[in-house]
Amino acid sequence: MRLRQILGFLLLVLCLCGGLASTARAQSLEEALAGFTTDEYSDTDKAITDLAASGNPRAVDIIGALQEGRLFFSADAKKVYIKDRSNTLQDAATGAAATGVSVDDLQAVRLNNRLRRTVDAAIGGLTLLSNDPSKRFDAAQSVFKSREESALPALQTAIAKETDARIKRALTEARAAILGTKADTDEAVKLGAVETIRARGDQDSLGLLSEIAASNEGRVRTAAQAGMSAIQARIALWNNLQNVWYGLSLGSVLLLAAIGLAITFGVMGIINMAHGEMVMIGAYTTYVVQEYIRTHNPAWFDASLFIAIPLAFVVTGIVGIAIERSIIRFLYGRPLETLLATFGLSLILQQAVRTIFGPNNREVGAPGFMSGTFDFGGLAITYGRMWIIAFAIIVFIALQLVLRLTPFGLKMRAVTQNRRMASAMGIDTNRIDALAFGLGSGIAGMAGVALSQIDNVSPNLGQSYIIDSFMVVVFGGVGNLWGTLVAAMTLGVANKFLEPFAGAVLGKIVLLVFIILFIQKRPRGLFALKGRAVEA
Amino acid sequence: MSPLLARVDGRARIAILLLIAVAILVPVLALATPARSAFHMPPYLVALFGKYLCFALLAVALDLVWGYCGILSLGHGAFFALGGYAMGMYLMRQIGTRGVYADPILPDFMVFLNMKALPVTWWGFNHFPYALLMVALVPGILALAFGWFAFRSRVTGVYLSIITQAMTYALLLAFFRNDMGFGGNNGLTDFKDILGFNIQSDATRAALFGITAIILAATLLVAQLIVTSKFGKVLIAIRDAESRTRFIGYRVENYKLAVFTLSAVLAGIAGALYVPQVGIINPSEFAPTNSIEAVIWVAIGGRGTLVGAALGAVLVNWGKTYFTGALPEYWLFALGLLFILVTLFLPQGIVGLISRRRTIPEAPRGSDVEEGKVDPADVPAAAR
Repeated sequence: MRLRQILGFLLLVLCLCGGLASTARAQSLEEALAGFTTDEYSDTDKAITDLAASGNPRAVDIIGALQEGRLFFSADAKKVYIKDRSNTLQDAATGAAATGVSVDDLQAVRLNNRLRRTVDAAIGGLTLLSNDPSKRFDAAQSVFKSREESALPALQTAIAKETDARIKRALTEARAAILGTKADTDEAVKLGAVETIRARGDQDSLGLLSEIAASNEGRVRTAAQAGMSAIQARIALWNNLQNVWYGLSLGSVLLLAAIGLAITFGVMGIINMAHGEMVMIGAYTTYVVQEYIRTHNPAWFDASLFIAIPLAFVVTGIVGIAIERSIIRFLYGRPLETLLATFGLSLILQQAVRTIFGPNNREVGAPGFMSGTFDFGGLAITYGRMWIIAFAIIVFIALQLVLRLTPFGLKMRAVTQNRRMASAMGIDTNRIDALAFGLGSGIAGMAGVALSQIDNVSPNLGQSYIIDSFMVVVFGGVGNLWGTLVAAMTLGVANKFLEPFAGAVLGKIVLLVFIILFIQKRPRGLFALKGRAVEA
Repeated sequence: MSPLLARVDGRARIAILLLIAVAILVPVLALATPARSAFHMPPYLVALFGKYLCFALLAVALDLVWGYCGILSLGHGAFFALGGYAMGMYLMRQIGTRGVYADPILPDFMVFLNMKALPVTWWGFNHFPYALLMVALVPGILALAFGWFAFRSRVTGVYLSIITQAMTYALLLAFFRNDMGFGGNNGLTDFKDILGFNIQSDATRAALFGITAIILAATLLVAQLIVTSKFGKVLIAIRDAESRTRFIGYRVENYKLAVFTLSAVLAGIAGALYVPQVGIINPSEFAPTNSIEAVIWVAIGGRGTLVGAALGAVLVNWGKTYFTGALPEYWLFALGLLFILVTLFLPQGIVGLISRRRTIPEAPRGSDVEEGKVDPADVPAAAR
């Protein structure tokens, strides 16, 4: 019952600090309740205020019931009843079960929007001293929004008692909101309130400050206006940062999808239209791994992605090598034919997956560390997106290391730059071709694991990425991974910045047209290879 | 025989005569025979084969640029769809007060979207000649602008293919938007009549089929004359050795631009014939997959043979109709296999398989090697 006692204390405080405009204050619960039985909004309003001020421990229940539409009255008997959640009636004044009345004979106490605000404020005032910190915080926020002057004394008590810094700040902001908009506060207090509100810095504070600026003169007005522009600048900055973040997130998805293509296209000049299907196979590998874990060892679910990533790499890598050995090697030097054959392959792979797994989306779950969000300044960052960006960067760095530091990477670069000379130096170019294709496909498979976390896993998954991936590779320049990185991030960020005023679809069209025009200017992309390789 | 007609080879002659015969015979079989007769052609078949002939026209257009000039366009579906939209807009305006909202000027979807006045893009489409003009002009001008940029900066090979694909993809996205004023997602449909004839009636269907067959025959004739002319010989030279042709002194980009624009106009006409026969045009016609499918028709029939392209289109689509009806699961397997097998084993297509006569001086394959872009030794051993 400690909660009740505290609430009682709070209501007592509310009564004692009589800063309220209402003169005729009903002290007894019955008198206050009578206001509910007239079916007049003004009487209901007064009844709520009186009830909140009455100090009666039943007030919270009654106002709570009113908020949820569970408060009924009988106009003849002048009695008020609460219908509890099990549909039984109790006398509002005593809390005892009511006998001999049925809901059908009663009328509900009606609310309009203005009254709902009064109710919210009353509840807010009543819960400011709750034992539950999150309830206190919510109450402070609701008072900040309602700016109900009657909550001021309770706020003062709550601020004095509060130990949690975050809630204390919220309470102080709520007090500032009330003081700032109250007509008879003196200037110094108002200026302090404006400062507090300015420090809060969100959309609500902006509205509040504009209200203060409109209703005040002199220094308060100037301070409020300065605060407004400061908040506006801040919000604009965070909006831009948010766009950049979303853009990087989109860019890393594009990077993951395109980087494998950059290898096959860059090293071997092969247009692999089935690249998207490699991504799709990677996503389905994740699905299979998760299904296996679900049925055999659910405790390992959080590790599913770590199992799926190498597995997807191996599976798609093998598929890639098989494709290279069985189809693509017969078509070297005929890029257009390669394009057609791999497109046919993509149709077969799609239909194969559709036949095996069915045409519907498959459910791929997010492990614990991928779900949830955290706040960073004014940004709400989801863990899933953050890890995908991190993963894209890791894949990029790992790939660079493979190309720079391993013998395979050395041979691959040699073949890229001058196939004939590499062959003369004893490099088995056929083998390198097959391995490079396998590597590109394997990376696409790992991209599929990441994409399974943010996109629908369906047979069409790959199709939706293939054109975007080509745009990234062509924009960045063939045979240059840095170009792919810059292109993916540029396109991602540009897309997100175009979206707010052009819309998602139009933004995408604008980018496509831009790339089409860009290729006219620089047919070999942003970072073109120089030297003899250009002619190849 | 006039010298002009002498340039039409036997294959094309047979195809043209066949098409003219079909153009007369099919309407007769569909309309003049009793429904129970063994010779009667049911109306749905007329519409189906009419559709195939439209695809054949698209394939011939594509073959003209790909087979004879080496430009692999993955965006011809866009020109086809634009022509279709131009025709669809005319048919839409013909509905008049018979629409659900009975607005004499605005089509139903505009009333639905609360548009007050007809957008500028729709002006004049109540006149058939204007619509016909647009059928040719809109794809033509797009191809002219696109090609002018692309060919002038020497975007070739797979790069060109990819940006043509991006073009049709961008148009797909654009036409999905309601703000474009072309019916958005649903496209244009519920057509009532064309030039005053009921579009649903068997007679109109048969007439449209006949017209399509005649236009296809005429296109084959004209295309055959083009590719056997001096202009056509330069095109083939560009296909086989672009740099060499340029060094000899030909303005390669002008030739490419001319044939690309002509091909786009033909694709637009194909689209315009297609829409009244299927009764709907919507943005999915812009889907990149459609354009690539058109390429495979040409490849299967025989690249650089014109007649083969038309044949390939009819055969593949007939197979599609059969498969999607009988074995819907396996159609994509079959189509995918066709892509792979034809590119691997049948570079000349069906026509190349049937007639071993070499009508093309040099096979299109390996053109990059000839051109000197890729040193033969740079090609992996397995490919040689």
